[in-house]
Amino acid sequence: MDLNLDAPHSMGTTIIGVTYNGGVVLGADSRTSTGMYVANRASDKITQLTDNVYVCRSGSAADSQVVSDYVRYFLHQHTIQLGQPATVKVSANLIRMLAYNNKNMLQTGLIVGGWDKYEGGKIYGVPLGGTVVEQPFAIGGSGSSYLYGFFDQAWKENMTKEEAEQLVVKAVSLAIARDGASGGVVRTVIINSEGVTRNFYPGDKLQLWHEELEPQNSLLDILNAAGPEPMAI
Amino acid sequence: MFLLPVSFSINADYFFLQFTIPIDNGDSVKNAEADSQRTLYPYVTGTSIVAIKYKDGVLMASDMGGSYGSTLRYKNIERMKAIGKHSLLGASGEISDFQEILRYLDELVLNDNMWDDGNSLGPKEVHNYLTRVMYNRRNKFNPLWNTLVLGGVKNGESYLGMVSMIGVSFEDNHVATGFGNHLARPILRDEWHADLSFEDGVKLLEKCMRVLLYRDRSAINKLQIAKITEEGVTVSQPYSLKTFWEFKAFNNPTAGAEGSW
Repeated sequence: MDLNLDAPHSMGTTIIGVTYNGGVVLGADSRTSTGMYVANRASDKITQLTDNVYVCRSGSAADSQVVSDYVRYFLHQHTIQLGQPATVKVSANLIRMLAYNNKNMLQTGLIVGGWDKYEGGKIYGVPLGGTVVEQPFAIGGSGSSYLYGFFDQAWKENMTKEEAEQLVVKAVSLAIARDGASGGVVRTVIINSEGVTRNFYPGDKLQLWHEELEPQNSLLDILNAAGPEPMAI
Repeated sequence: MFLLPVSFSINADYFFLQFTIPIDNGDSVKNAEADSQRTLYPYVTGTSIVAIKYKDGVLMASDMGGSYGSTLRYKNIERMKAIGKHSLLGASGEISDFQEILRYLDELVLNDNMWDDGNSLGPKEVHNYLTRVMYNRRNKFNPLWNTLVLGGVKNGESYLGMVSMIGVSFEDNHVATGFGNHLARPILRDEWHADLSFEDGVKLLEKCMRVLLYRDRSAINKLQIAKITEEGVTVSQPYSLKTFWEFKAFNNPTAGAEGSW
């Protein structure tokens, strides 16, 4: 099996952004791979741009990092000049500007989410090519392929903060189950008028899906456990 | 251009393209070109636009889909936008390039308004501007990956034209982009006539859009119809078309020959 350790770092990834009644919930997995090797099993793909705007990164790790670094820098200056927090729309447009004008070289799909006093919670998807699409929810990354059907069925408007976060955690967890390029922990960031909350859901605390088994310390525990004939087929 | 922080060098071997070994990391195949900027392929695309002249002006139809390769990823993209008071622009192809064209046109309309001379850009002028933009980009091997349909009415005259990504530009009584050229135009050649009423025009467009829905893989069942008349531009709310599947022949087509389709 060829590990190809010289392959560019790519975040296979599952990223999600969801609006709810009062703000947004952003979610992502934590796997960064170099070819077949998992270079970082606990990466943080939800990156801060301003106090009230965050971005979920997918695709090339380097490209998404440099784009978000530039946009953070531009937004910082913009906030000083404007005298008040930048809006989510402005943040999304700066991301778009870099993504569109460098479309030949960049390989990163981003989801911008945040809260501002004018529009409330907003999510903007910026896929490859630099299109901007404002959406009530957005999914991205390789793991998102497995979630289109899920969201078509499970998404509804005006969820509560708890419902929205549960939906995001469930969705990332389902994508991790099927996408080899996604894995690790589920991170969420909730942004609303009150501020920002970061949450962390380790892999072993997530719900089990089809053909997944309850994790054990050792076979010995199973053998020693009370019960009839554990080795019998 | 301070907004282009990624520097690139023009490869001395102009005809050599440098590839990294393509690896499928789920999301992307790595393919780095070191030569100067050129758009090679679209990412998020819109499918056909169909438009006809009718009695009071122009009618245009498009669906609201944005495809990402074979995935029907976005289902709420408006691919027809009003330009100034007299024109409507519909686009198929790369959506990010369409959004950029709208920004260029915003600037054009703004400057036109700033003259404050009572004049306003008509569809002929907008079409000409777009033709120049598309053709010049094509000459630089960096096209805007769109086929544009420009319709409008000014001073009682209806106008309907088209510009492709390579700068081919013309006017006609009915136009279509992409699959619409192959599926809708034959219907329009047969059934279009001058002075169609609004109702007949809408029915004709819906006939075309239904065929596209049956036969175009990237079409979705959510469309808008826009109307431009002397009064102005209106884009309808999104709606869906009924489809028919109850042909007897559809019911059990392989009954006579098991294994066929």
